[in-house]
Amino acid sequence: MSQQSVVARLRTARSGSRPRKSNGRPPWMERPHWYGQGTKALALAVLTVIVLYPFVLAIGTSLAGREELNANGGYVLLPHHPTLEAYRVILSGGVVTQAALVSICITLIGTALSLACTVMIAYGTSRPGTVLGKPILLMVLGTFLFAPGIIPTYLAVQQFKMLDTYAALILPVLLNAFNIVVVRSFFQSIPEELYDAARIDGAGEVTVLFRIVLPLSKAVLAVVGLFYAVGYWNSFFNAVLYLNDAGKFPIQVILRSYVLNGQSINASAMGVHAVPPATSLQMAVLIIAIVPIFCVYPFLQKFFVKGVLTGAVKG
Amino acid sequence: MAKSPVTAVRPPVPQPRDPDEADRPAGRKDKRNRLRQPLRHRLKRDRALLLFCLPGVLYFALFFYLPLAGNVIAFQDYQPFLGFKQSPFVGLANFTALLAEPEFWSAVSNTLQITAIQLLLYFPAPIALALLLNSLISEKIKRFIQTVVYLPHFLSWVVVVAMFKQVLGGAGSVTTLLMEHGVSIGNVMTDPGTFKLLITAQAIWKDCGWGTIIFLASIASIDMGQYESAAMDGAGWLRRIWHITLPGIRPVILMLLILRLGDILSVGFEQILLQRDAVGPDASEVMDTYVYFHGVVDGDWGMSTAAGLMKGVIGFALILAANKLAHRFGEQGVYR
Repeated sequence: MSQQSVVARLRTARSGSRPRKSNGRPPWMERPHWYGQGTKALALAVLTVIVLYPFVLAIGTSLAGREELNANGGYVLLPHHPTLEAYRVILSGGVVTQAALVSICITLIGTALSLACTVMIAYGTSRPGTVLGKPILLMVLGTFLFAPGIIPTYLAVQQFKMLDTYAALILPVLLNAFNIVVVRSFFQSIPEELYDAARIDGAGEVTVLFRIVLPLSKAVLAVVGLFYAVGYWNSFFNAVLYLNDAGKFPIQVILRSYVLNGQSINASAMGVHAVPPATSLQMAVLIIAIVPIFCVYPFLQKFFVKGVLTGAVKG
Repeated sequence: MAKSPVTAVRPPVPQPRDPDEADRPAGRKDKRNRLRQPLRHRLKRDRALLLFCLPGVLYFALFFYLPLAGNVIAFQDYQPFLGFKQSPFVGLANFTALLAEPEFWSAVSNTLQITAIQLLLYFPAPIALALLLNSLISEKIKRFIQTVVYLPHFLSWVVVVAMFKQVLGGAGSVTTLLMEHGVSIGNVMTDPGTFKLLITAQAIWKDCGWGTIIFLASIASIDMGQYESAAMDGAGWLRRIWHITLPGIRPVILMLLILRLGDILSVGFEQILLQRDAVGPDASEVMDTYVYFHGVVDGDWGMSTAAGLMKGVIGFALILAANKLAHRFGEQGVYR
């Protein structure tokens, strides 16, 4: 038997045995009456519809043409003749395109910076016996108890001359104590022997971090990275607070002015002549504001429960 | 835990943590000497780790502890062109002025009302949903429902409010549909009377599913044997939930309740800011929006900082008190 097939068999055996354990009715649990099951099914169905209906409605409306919207009173669940006209107009350069680009850049740069700093401080405080390790950790944990308040933070950002710069969207929210605690407790759960072995082989702290710790921490980095990325992508208040220049607004601020404040999306702002119906455009902006989350969500879903629990137990 | 006689008899087994410690002669003096290693040497030994911490420490110092100290302007007549150093100190004048302000009390009252409604409706929702999810036998259905209900947590408040507007707003799809069938609910999004219920509904829609994670995990850690023996004694499903599941997750419920208590004065800032214009400040002004509008927008720095500081201090005191209370009940609480 070749080595590969053994690995494959082991893999199927492992993945196969996991769900079987929790499947099936426990011996003490009797089958509920049909009306009990019916109520439960109904509750779950209603729940699913309540959560998913707005998404379907937004997607449907953004894809609908003018006649169909008019015939349906402004909203379409499932368009018969879907058209990407609204997206084409919005993404053909102009305010929304600019805002989406800003959001993408902020999210990418911010997440990378946040993740790097989080890993570094988490690793620095996770080794036992470091000088100043305790005070630094207390400094991080102290942020759980107090919040500096909106005005003092605003004044600090102002003093640092960061008003109206993109840095104001990243630096004031660079780190989060909860995420640091999650990463740190994961680093501490790595067996001490691995650290010792690497050190005996002459590895310095940087080598240990990059060659031993990080490769083992992909799951927790994915979770924490997701939390940071969602935070940056969704950031709205900091932009309202620190930015005056409308040209620098990220997508969430644009979404508010077009959808909530009813600012009309005119042709000149989009850089085109003919404009699709307003509701289609609004819903298209809405969809653009959530597409990135839809894209990463399925891949990271299996990780985040674990991330939340690590933080909850230790924090 | 009570000291058992066994541990008293058995000699303590030394567990050296530091690998170097094992091959040294174990002496108290020696250990003290090692700790007394000059700080210079220890700093040199750990310089890589300390460098790793540097950006984080800088961040917390500049954007957390420095602004925390900046709360002194609550006691000043702060003038932006004079700065912290030159602005005159006015003692508690900002606080007394604040307490005489009816708008501030209206904000406090709105905040407390919203907190009360949320404790009543929003807090138990994830527990109920977790019980429902836990009762599902089919792993596939369970996973599907979880995927669906976790999703809204990742949306921004702008998106959530926009979605509510297109469904329940004056020209929203459900409003229009109900209208066609002769039921008029008006424009829920701009009705000051139901505003507090509306934002609670939004909070439930967004975060109820996400909140189940921690409850599901603590339900899963309950010993199955308890259910089995309860069932043998003739306990139905309702009794098993009441006498086993709920007591089993009591520590987690209490912990989250304590955390919520510390946040009693901060209720959905972004969420309310987004909808304040639609319903007017009378129904929607809370402490955070009060601070924002009077400070950043109107430039009344000293007084709004005083409001923010008051909120922070009360929240901190509430956490301490609630944690004490939890210990009194014999629970773990958040910290010891």
